Amino acid sequence: MLSQLFILSSKGDPLIHRDFRGDPPRAPRDVTELFHRGVSAARGEQPPVFLTLGGLHFAHVRHGGLFFGATTEGDASPFTVIEFLNRLVTLLRDFCGPLSEKSLGMNLGLVGELLEELVDSGHIQTTTAEILRSLVHSEPESPKAFSLLDLGSVGLPLRSEVFVDVIERLSVVIAANGSPLKVDVQGEIRLKSFLPPGTELRIGLTEEFCVGKSELRGYGAAVRVDECSFHSCVSLAEFSAARVLRLCPEPGEMTLMQYQVEDELPTPLPFRLFPSADAQPGGRIRLYLKLRCDLPPKSQAVNVCLQLPVPKGVSSLSQELSSPDQAAELDLGSRSIRWEIPKIQGGSQLSALFKLEVAGLGRAWRLELGPAHGSFQLPAHSCSGLRVRFLRLSGPPAPRWVRYRSHSHSYVLRL
Amino acid sequence: MPYLGGEEAQRELRRALSNPHVQADPARYRGAVLRVIRLMAQGADVSGLFPEMVKAGAVPDVVQKKLVSFYVRAQAPRQPQLALLAVNSLRKDCAHPSPAVRGLALRTMCGLRMPGIQEYLQQPLVNGLRDKASYVRRAAVLGCAKMVKLQGDCEVDGALVNELYSLLRDQDPIVVVNCLRALEEILKKEGGVVINKPIAHHLLNRMPDLDQWGQSEVLTFLLRYKPRSEDELFDILNLLDGYLKSSSTSVVMAATKLFLVLAREYPDVQADVLVRVKGPLLSACTSESRELCFTALCHVRQILRSLPGHFSSHYKKFFCSYSEPHYIKCQKMEVLCELVNDENVQQVLEELKGYCTDVSEELAQGAIFAIANIARTYTEQCVGILTELLGLQQEHITSAVVRAFRDLAWLCPQCTDAVCQALPGCEDTIQDSEGKQALVWLLGTHGEKIPNAPYVLEDFVENVKSESFPAVKMELLTALLRLFLARPAECQDMLGRLLYYCIEEEQDMAVRDRGLFYYRLLQSGVEEVKRVLCSPKSDPSLGLLGDQSKQPVNAWALEFNTLATVYGRERWALATAQQPVEPSYSCSPCADSRNRDTVPEAHPDTPMSEGNKELPKAHPDAGSLSLIPDVSLTAEQFEKMWLSLDTSCQLSLPWRGPVHADTMQTALRVVHIQTIAMSKAGAQPWKAYLSAQDDSGCLFLTELLLEAADSELQVSVKQNEAKPEALQSFISALRTVLEAVAGLES
Repeated sequence: MLSQLFILSSKGDPLIHRDFRGDPPRAPRDVTELFHRGVSAARGEQPPVFLTLGGLHFAHVRHGGLFFGATTEGDASPFTVIEFLNRLVTLLRDFCGPLSEKSLGMNLGLVGELLEELVDSGHIQTTTAEILRSLVHSEPESPKAFSLLDLGSVGLPLRSEVFVDVIERLSVVIAANGSPLKVDVQGEIRLKSFLPPGTELRIGLTEEFCVGKSELRGYGAAVRVDECSFHSCVSLAEFSAARVLRLCPEPGEMTLMQYQVEDELPTPLPFRLFPSADAQPGGRIRLYLKLRCDLPPKSQAVNVCLQLPVPKGVSSLSQELSSPDQAAELDLGSRSIRWEIPKIQGGSQLSALFKLEVAGLGRAWRLELGPAHGSFQLPAHSCSGLRVRFLRLSGPPAPRWVRYRSHSHSYVLRL
Repeated sequence: MPYLGGEEAQRELRRALSNPHVQADPARYRGAVLRVIRLMAQGADVSGLFPEMVKAGAVPDVVQKKLVSFYVRAQAPRQPQLALLAVNSLRKDCAHPSPAVRGLALRTMCGLRMPGIQEYLQQPLVNGLRDKASYVRRAAVLGCAKMVKLQGDCEVDGALVNELYSLLRDQDPIVVVNCLRALEEILKKEGGVVINKPIAHHLLNRMPDLDQWGQSEVLTFLLRYKPRSEDELFDILNLLDGYLKSSSTSVVMAATKLFLVLAREYPDVQADVLVRVKGPLLSACTSESRELCFTALCHVRQILRSLPGHFSSHYKKFFCSYSEPHYIKCQKMEVLCELVNDENVQQVLEELKGYCTDVSEELAQGAIFAIANIARTYTEQCVGILTELLGLQQEHITSAVVRAFRDLAWLCPQCTDAVCQALPGCEDTIQDSEGKQALVWLLGTHGEKIPNAPYVLEDFVENVKSESFPAVKMELLTALLRLFLARPAECQDMLGRLLYYCIEEEQDMAVRDRGLFYYRLLQSGVEEVKRVLCSPKSDPSLGLLGDQSKQPVNAWALEFNTLATVYGRERWALATAQQPVEPSYSCSPCADSRNRDTVPEAHPDTPMSEGNKELPKAHPDAGSLSLIPDVSLTAEQFEKMWLSLDTSCQLSLPWRGPVHADTMQTALRVVHIQTIAMSKAGAQPWKAYLSAQDDSGCLFLTELLLEAADSELQVSVKQNEAKPEALQSFISALRTVLEAVAGLES
């Protein structure tokens, strides 16, 4: 049960506040100020998720610099509170467009209406986007210009169409000798449907798809996942025989299936790093990095960013990069080099030469160098090899889209 | 914050709202209402517009009605007279053809927190409960709870309760869940909604219709149902099986908890469930939502306390990623420490080593201590890594390593030689008090193995005048005296100088006394000094004390999926004991102001995410009463006094389930109440004797008596001086603690 719900700007100004219970009665300002003081008092940048202040139990999530917070009773389930707050963020994004102080301010009436239907006297009523759309009547106001590409996010599904997204998140650790220490893929199939209700959808997955280690199907190019769970509305009648998911999607967005792959991937990992570093007299480190992209030649990686911690006392950086579109800079706050590459084609190789001036270079400087932390996106690529074979509708034909995307924010390359 | 130009804006809005042209144009009318809401959100006083706003609520536009409803609910407590105006039009709306309007009107009326509203509520609510539209029934059901709450202490209407129980069979799943919630609130005093066999099975059958929120809530309500037979129990568990695989983490966790609690007598079932929940929990730990990830990590640690090694094969999932916030990294490091086994120790240490050079000092030190923790089992590898880190010559790293070394030398004597070899050179880098103390201790205790120990200590003696930490000086005195016993020739001169300084020039009394003490000790001869100072240099058995012994699953099953697990038991006991939850709804102004007064002293970092190392100071929660922390009262004295005194006060508190002695003792200690004696857990009757003393010397002796589980806790208090006010405050403090503990355990 939620007692209060609030949204604060990063500076602590209350944008939205609701007191559902009124016991004990407190001025909204008191509560939000109390919370913000607690949050700012926390050392470091990231305050703890759960706080108890002045007899109130706070929980919050952060999105786009905003705090979405709630106070609960002592016996509340932390998972429910966090999940609800995350759901609230998704809903607000669905209804009002990208979240910011400004967009929430503009849509005050809409947000108010939403909260009214979401929660009654602290009890969560419904969070289904479709039901909410039928109950909420305010028009969204978007600070951005009207964009055709963004129709879904402003709640104007004009055409009957369906999107299936295969999204994979990689988390990898590669040892200094190039052998993968940890490979972990969290994947999901997300469906965004604007189909008329009652349409049945059949999604065919790769036939050689198998779950778990023991199950083996066919030869060679099997797609194997370790664990896999489905949304409750998915019918699995045809799954074991033909790897087909069947469902009647409600309009809106949902996650159909979630899966994980550990350790073994059918394709090589997208990146390898070949570093060489040596110290030169006068407190200088010469660092030569070669980054190889092992994707198939037709694929590419975009928004690649490599962050490499460097020894304490570093004062300046000089660089030679292999192509002009790359950029590198020294970030003294996090004591690291940030190497940014907008695009890298599969099979190609990039290099960078960095010279670092380090005051008081100690003998153990190598300990402080690295590991490199990469982040990138791989459009039209699925690391697990999972493909959607077909997408069939029972009703009248409608445009169907299948998109693949892999990305990583935790790609660690040890030096 | 007063809104600038509020007066002006309000006047203008009033003009707009009452302008017939505006009223005729729905878009403009709604725009004006929206501006009022905006002003209100900015904190301006818009109470003057009440009549206009009520009128604005009487239009067909639902959006506008909602805005007005929000306004009316926020403003009604300030203007009860005018609010009655609104009631009239709301009652009309309750008969509106649109269910959305009927539901909204009901919610609004029940949300007017003002006295005397109940009489207007009765009829619309009764109609609402029988409405055709589920939307209205949902609002009406919760409205009943709000109405009962407004009534305060009045007798609860039995007919209403029966009606709500019968609505548990409603078609609409949300109405069903709302009924449970409403009954829980209405019957709070009687222990909440009763889940008997038919209701339990009915709810289990309705589970598939509910959404995730409903499911996790119903699973929580089912916790209080006790199956009659083993067959029934396993039937229920079978029905619940699917929810362990739900795509919503909160449902999985609620189901897990229910399994653990229902199967409390079947450890095999419990273990099986914990194996099956591994997957969902791990995927929550790697979730994109950091907050969810953190919550899951806290629960992983809880499970590890009973099943060490449960997640060992998945240790890689707990590797930190660069961009994660500290609270997650700290949790992950703690988890990694507990997962170490022969197979993965190399990889885990390799990973932790990477964190030791983190740009955040706090995190780097955390990683070093994590390695030190693992060093108790895998000494050699860890000492190697720690020694390597000393080469970085960075203040915070060296300090943490030396502190880790001190603890290791004490716990694992076999690594003393390696530690002693690594020490030379550290003294130049360490600046903080803790690090210096550790270094000085090592030099003093193991000085005979470190060739340059006397010279390092000599530097400390030379600079003792500028030393700012008294604790370092104390440590230096002891260390030098010890080293003197081992290497007298090198140390005699500087020991003399140090003693002279401490006795003649030192300002800090404790240091001076220590100096004088050693001086006198030296006068009684070296043999005597040896006898006093040469205590053992290590004690491996102490390490076992630190290791938490395996907890049975049942010890925390009831805390699973609650905030208590997120905070950790000790912190949670403190967090709740400090600020009692007001049991009654009515909140008097004075209680409110007390809450506010205590705000500044509440510790913002009290319940933190990083382990349970530092406990915040306790604030005894009593206005005039201040209990002193140490009462020297032996059990015999207590018994004598107990028998000679008359009981000053007796009361009984509701209690459910067994008593957890540790939690209770911790909580009582927080408010400076000592436990003299306590029966074993599970004993019947269970008894405890407590004592406390206030600053005027008045003693409070207390007996707690629990005849049988699930009964009342009898509390009798005796006092050695008759002081009614002090007694009152003491009892309220005691009561607060006991209620907090009871709330925690039930």
